[in-house]
Amino acid sequence: MTTVEERPAPEIGQARLRKEDAHLITGRTTWTDNMTLPGMLHLAILRSPMAHATLTSIDTSEAVGRPGVVAVFTGQDFKDVQGDVPCAWPVTEDMVNPGAPSLAVNQVNFAGECVAVVVARTKAEAQDALEGIDVDYEPLPPVLDMEAAIADGATLVHPNTESNRSYTWVFDSGAAGTGAPIDDALSGAEVTVRRRFIQQRLIPAFMEPRSVVVQPSGDNVTVWSSTQIPHILRVMLALTLGIPEQKVRVIAPDVGGGFGGKIPVTPEEIISVLVARRLNKPVKYTESRSESLMSAHHGRDQIQDITITATRDGTVTGLDVHLLADMGAYLRLVGPGVPILGAFMFNAIYKIPAYRFTCEGIFTTKTPTDAYRGAGRPEATFAIERIMDELAVELGMDPMALRRKNWIAHEEFPFTTVAGLTYDSGNYEAATDKALELIGWDDLRAEQQKRRDSNDPVQLGLGISTFTEMCGLAPSRVLGSLSYGAGGWEHAAIRMLPTGKVEVVTGSSPHGQGHETAFAQIVADRLGVAFDDVELIHGDTASSHKGLDTYGSRSLAVGGIAIVKAADKVIEKARKIAAHLLEANEEDLEFADGKFRVAGSPGSEVGMADIALAVFAAHNLPDGVEPSLDSDATYDPENFSFPHGTHLCAVEVDTETGMTKIRKYVCVDDVGTPVNPLIIEGQVHGGLAQGIAQALFEEAVYDDGGNLTTGTFVDYTLPSAADLPSFTTDRTETPSTTNPLGVKGVGEAGTIASTPAVINAVVDAIRQFGVNDIRMPATPERVWRAIHGAGDQRAAAGTNAYGGASTSTSDGGNDA
Amino acid sequence: MTKINVKVDGVAYSDEVEPRTLLVYYLREQLGKVGTVVGCDTSNCGACTVELDGRSVKSCTVLAVQADGGEVTTVEGLAGPDGTLDRVQQAFHEQHGLQCGFCTPGMIMAVRDLLRENPNPSEAEIREGIEGNLCRCTGYQNIVRAAQAAAGAKA
Repeated sequence: MTTVEERPAPEIGQARLRKEDAHLITGRTTWTDNMTLPGMLHLAILRSPMAHATLTSIDTSEAVGRPGVVAVFTGQDFKDVQGDVPCAWPVTEDMVNPGAPSLAVNQVNFAGECVAVVVARTKAEAQDALEGIDVDYEPLPPVLDMEAAIADGATLVHPNTESNRSYTWVFDSGAAGTGAPIDDALSGAEVTVRRRFIQQRLIPAFMEPRSVVVQPSGDNVTVWSSTQIPHILRVMLALTLGIPEQKVRVIAPDVGGGFGGKIPVTPEEIISVLVARRLNKPVKYTESRSESLMSAHHGRDQIQDITITATRDGTVTGLDVHLLADMGAYLRLVGPGVPILGAFMFNAIYKIPAYRFTCEGIFTTKTPTDAYRGAGRPEATFAIERIMDELAVELGMDPMALRRKNWIAHEEFPFTTVAGLTYDSGNYEAATDKALELIGWDDLRAEQQKRRDSNDPVQLGLGISTFTEMCGLAPSRVLGSLSYGAGGWEHAAIRMLPTGKVEVVTGSSPHGQGHETAFAQIVADRLGVAFDDVELIHGDTASSHKGLDTYGSRSLAVGGIAIVKAADKVIEKARKIAAHLLEANEEDLEFADGKFRVAGSPGSEVGMADIALAVFAAHNLPDGVEPSLDSDATYDPENFSFPHGTHLCAVEVDTETGMTKIRKYVCVDDVGTPVNPLIIEGQVHGGLAQGIAQALFEEAVYDDGGNLTTGTFVDYTLPSAADLPSFTTDRTETPSTTNPLGVKGVGEAGTIASTPAVINAVVDAIRQFGVNDIRMPATPERVWRAIHGAGDQRAAAGTNAYGGASTSTSDGGNDA
Repeated sequence: MTKINVKVDGVAYSDEVEPRTLLVYYLREQLGKVGTVVGCDTSNCGACTVELDGRSVKSCTVLAVQADGGEVTTVEGLAGPDGTLDRVQQAFHEQHGLQCGFCTPGMIMAVRDLLRENPNPSEAEIREGIEGNLCRCTGYQNIVRAAQAAAGAKA
């Protein structure tokens, strides 16, 4: 018989609807705050209203007597056992980490810091009792301005330090041997452009407020938390609190978004564990949105001094980057490393011969900073894509022509950059050509000219961002060289059930990304089983015992590949048994579509389900073969993945009101081989919204007393549906060459790419008024002032990074 | 404490509540209707949206006592007894209108209310119609598509 069998279409590449949706659209959810345990007590946390103060006394006596109150604890109660909120990224050997108590003991260093915790029978009773706590604060001067913070004689945030500078981290291509010395480029430059860009402070603002439930049981403790990192949290709780690791179980049930905001180990998690163990009762703490905005970590907040040099013909010759990065009051889990991730991305897609990057991490009396979607790479991408536009103006070149002249050509891959990374693949030409066509670039340019010529009150601006990023964190040896406290591998296990169904265990812990769907597609193809027969197990250290969790667009490019490796081991185990059952040699067997066939013997075949059943029965296995197909794999990537793309934005700016409207946003992203185009599109949409929000809408603002004035969703203005356009998204597919699926990460690309595309467009729209920069977010007021103000329009003063006093005036970046 | 009688997702309840208790906490903590969630404390995010007597309300902005004698529908009460999804639920699934899913209960209720008022909304009308509900994951594009699909699916 030679009939051609109908082969099922590959799962990879299909826009499968998500398995996750069923329980989410019907409200059958397991958010941590949904959980109730018998005898559970509720926590409420008293937070410091002062940015910087000495705690002189805390009187809890009245609160203790309030209805329903079981106990009230302060830092004095836990000071000997609470340890420090962990920081796992000492970026330099001499990095100063003053320590971070979960409950303040002697001093508070930002408004929102935990000062006391009330334990009561109901949440309402706990919250009511907070007002019965009497705290005496002896105010200290707030430290808000990063440059002032490191000037001589500055007030110290922490009394146990000598300076507010935590670290200085330097990369110099001349010293590293990856490029030429920067000093030669700077001194010999034909053209030099310098800019100071401000990365305003942002708030991740995941929709589900953080929540933690702790159940002690003898020496054991189970922690449910709205976290991105159940596995890392387990290790860190063990290390921080001295609980043997095997006694700690962490579960991340349904988690409502993270965007980096649920990466750190939090004071509230540690406090909840301490209280539960002290009282030997289950406890729950769920933050309010206002608590979340003021105390969950913030992101960005950098002052970026950028110098780019070039020849007159537009060849970039050097890039010098100096950052001040606000750590806030304390170093959180990966906070110091976030700006350092940017070190490898300022050079972006360009062939830059000389490069220097210097970053100073600085303490202020503000909410600590840590990862927020993109983590260091959006900041870098913004700076390079903004200054490429300014360089183009200086040279009188078309901004896209300048980029084309300097980017790595398709045939030059793999390409080792001046920052020392090897980009495995890319095709910037293809993505750019497609994007230009989709947006109708030439027509828009013609319209722009027409509007300029006619002094139209509504001006058109066009912005470009030709970006790449490094993600799929990360090769462990690279993380080691950056002094990160852990590796970057991921674990997976596959369990073949007797009925032919499959359980896949992953150490990657999702919170909206669609792992259950995408990973099932990968396994279905690899093992030749049905998509619906694959179940994903995740987010519980008891059942998915090993992992490094979800951040840095790593789930597919690292966790997905671990699953591939585990599946391949299942196939190899099955091959021995198939050979035995078919009475054939292993080397004569072919495996495809879930069946082993004997080459050249049609009809002689056995399927994976039959093998699984045979293994379960174990009646007839070859000698010495264990009755199990189950396999696991721990995959350490050999390189990052480097998604790239071209984002183009057309904005209309009403010069009479300063209002910016995105007329069209087109992006062509290259994330390698697509596993699920539907999920990819969703990730890009959401990423764009957050990047555009940085450009136009969001900023965490402090007043001159160090109080967060954007402490609710009234003031911290997440975009609504009415604030955003529909995006045109498309893809090119240049497979990664460093993993067997050819995939690259997609979680952060939209956020990394979009912010400079929007700001470049806004500046392009109003450049004829003498504007060459605009502070973010580019609110109507700032844009109007930029248009109607006089003189130098560069963004310099008035950032919250500079200090609250000037922020509160929203002065729009008219100062020199 | 005040006594209230309220029907939630078709079931009649009679309960004592504190006068200050918000409807959302009554639903979550007294009735165990945890499908409806709390996302903020200023009535901005809309995650807690439910239907009270046929109109959408943010249940963090309604006192439980105000629902006395009323009928509440939450996201948990939308699907039929056989599990058949409401057309808006179905559209959110088919159009990938959710990622983490935390805003989804409120979004679905808001879209239902929008379509009740305006069965064939334009894209702009949809965007304005759901601007009281925040989503951090989707960029709203597929939520808009879901609303369009649900409008088209109307019998």
